[in-house]
Amino acid sequence: MTSLAPTPQVIEKAELWLRMYRQMLAIRFFENQVNELYTRALMPGLAHLYIGEEAVAVGVCETLERTDYITSTHRGHGHCLAKGASPDLMFAELLGKKAGYCKGKGGSMHIADPATGNLGANAIVCGSAGIATGAAFSAKRLANGRVSVCFIGEGALGQGVLYEVMNLAELFKLPVIYVCENNLYSEYTHFSETTAGDILARATAFGLHAASVDGQNVRAVYEHAQILVERARRGAGPGFLLCNTYRYHGHHVGDINREYYRSRREEQTWKTERDPIANFAKWLIEQKVATVKELDELSARVETEMKKAVEFAMATPYPSPDEVAEDVYA
Amino acid sequence: MPEMSVTTDQREITFAQAIREALAEEMRRDPTVCILGEDVAEAGTPFKVLAGLLEEFGKDRVLDTPISEAGFTGLAVGAAMTGMRPIVDIMFGDFITLTMDQMVNQAAKVHYMSGGHWKAPMVMRTTLGATRRSAAQHSQSLHAWFCHVPGLKVILPSTPYDAKGLLKTAIRDDNPVVFFEDKMMYKLKGHVPAADYTLPLGVADVKREGEDITLVATSSMVQVALGAAAMLEEIGISAEVVDPRTLWPLDENTLIQSARKTSRAIVLDEGYERYGVTAEIASLIAAGAFYDLDAPVKRMGAMHVPIPFSPPLEDMTVPTEQTVFEAARKMCGR
Ligand SMILES: Cc1ncc(C[n+]2csc(CCOP(=O)(O)OP(=O)(O)O)c2C)c(N)n1
Repeated sequence: MTSLAPTPQVIEKAELWLRMYRQMLAIRFFENQVNELYTRALMPGLAHLYIGEEAVAVGVCETLERTDYITSTHRGHGHCLAKGASPDLMFAELLGKKAGYCKGKGGSMHIADPATGNLGANAIVCGSAGIATGAAFSAKRLANGRVSVCFIGEGALGQGVLYEVMNLAELFKLPVIYVCENNLYSEYTHFSETTAGDILARATAFGLHAASVDGQNVRAVYEHAQILVERARRGAGPGFLLCNTYRYHGHHVGDINREYYRSRREEQTWKTERDPIANFAKWLIEQKVATVKELDELSARVETEMKKAVEFAMATPYPSPDEVAEDVYA
Repeated sequence: MPEMSVTTDQREITFAQAIREALAEEMRRDPTVCILGEDVAEAGTPFKVLAGLLEEFGKDRVLDTPISEAGFTGLAVGAAMTGMRPIVDIMFGDFITLTMDQMVNQAAKVHYMSGGHWKAPMVMRTTLGATRRSAAQHSQSLHAWFCHVPGLKVILPSTPYDAKGLLKTAIRDDNPVVFFEDKMMYKLKGHVPAADYTLPLGVADVKREGEDITLVATSSMVQVALGAAAMLEEIGISAEVVDPRTLWPLDENTLIQSARKTSRAIVLDEGYERYGVTAEIASLIAAGAFYDLDAPVKRMGAMHVPIPFSPPLEDMTVPTEQTVFEAARKMCGR
């Protein structure tokens, strides 16, 4: 079977698959650098790593245009990168430098970038559900054909505002897709302790088109997202995509001893059996989209790129003191 | 419309009509302005302030929402960031509590947090004021909550003229602005020119000139202060009434200069007296007019109780012409 040539469908999408693979690597290497910066006490504050969940951000964002909108969460680096942000300006922001996306005023949890339609990461759980819905409202009123994607963790299912805006989105038939990343834990609590009933039913109750997908399979995420995005774009209304996934690291970089809320074995199983990058690499090789060597080289290039981005961020200056009171008002 | 440009125009309309005119004019001027709220369309709000707007602008621009203050306010923040100028209608000022995360953590911060890259040009219209026998959850004046948050602007008009000019400015402003209307004032009539005009934010207005004492008053308290000033005049005390009109930005200079001139000041605001607007303004005057003051600055606001229903009790909780008159007389040593 492995000796067969790639199918026409695979060839047609080879470029896309390789770009998605590259984007997932970018997120992983980016986050490894973040962890390193934290461990070496070079980064102020904390950060919430997206490692393990790369297929969700990439699978969804690859279905979007640059002008489409996203909102992100405290665990947002992956979404920002997948939507097109540059790693150097992101690292600069993480280090509180003036060259950063938010001039150093936002930090890890608030990266925003109008150029890529990123309305901002949000440190209030579910804090951006209104914003994402409002961006879809504008898209409809201004008839600019854009869609809006609201990334949330499953912890956000506990916030009432989510149900308010899903109701509004369906009533107004807005082009918004709520992408719920169920990584099983909100901080240190298993979702089954906080989430009654059926998650998808919460969305279908309002009439949203809802689907559930293996969030470790980037092709599956992509295909499901594509359906919801296409529906939204042609005016058929909002969608909800539940992505089942796992974060490899702690809730944040400082959450090291985790046995009291999840076992090492569980972590190990996800990492070895369900890694979205390793499994996708295997598939790419099987399908003859790329060779092992090509993927290794790509990996090395992306890793170097991330190291260079960190070097840039380390060298670039902090904001000057007189900037503290700038940008309070537009 | 030639008759509208007559400069001697003495037209009088109500506060509610002034608000409606401001909204209609701005909606004609800018197609991105839209209104979201509960019962805003066919009903035109319980106070009928928006009556007629649906007919002129249609359902796409005057949108009835579910009873989801957080949801539609959040939606407005996102819409504002992406090209619209939404106006959200929060039926009673007491319900702003439901919108706090959207206003305080989202709207107020998006500009700063994004390093100036995003902005949220939106207006929240809501009410304040007691003495309507509406009890504890429909009578509060919670504007100080928003004054406490950098990134928001807060407007408290006290006349139809100010209401129209300030609301038009608010809609054109690139920041989230909260506009508090005293619900007892909707029927108040006043001069409002028919011609297009706006009023700047951060400019106080001297509603009455005087020499002996300054009454700084906001919103509902402006009429109270003017009534007290008339009573004071009868006993030979000349009171100056100054209305800041916008609490942020705040025209500190005009307030301080008035107190320096009269050497005495009472600050009146219908919000809670504790930790409220009166405390902020009194401290500014105390510092800015220190060498010219003949008495400590006095503050008068709502009593520190939930607003009671029973009329004789409710009336005790807010300053009245009589209580202001007494306080001013005492301060002037009469
Ligand atoms: C409104 C609010 N409450 C609590 C927190 C503290 N907090 C930060 S992240 C988090 C867990 C979020 O879990 P989830 O949404 O599943 O996202 P995950 O961290 O798993 O990606 C909590 C409780 C917060 N930031 N905002």
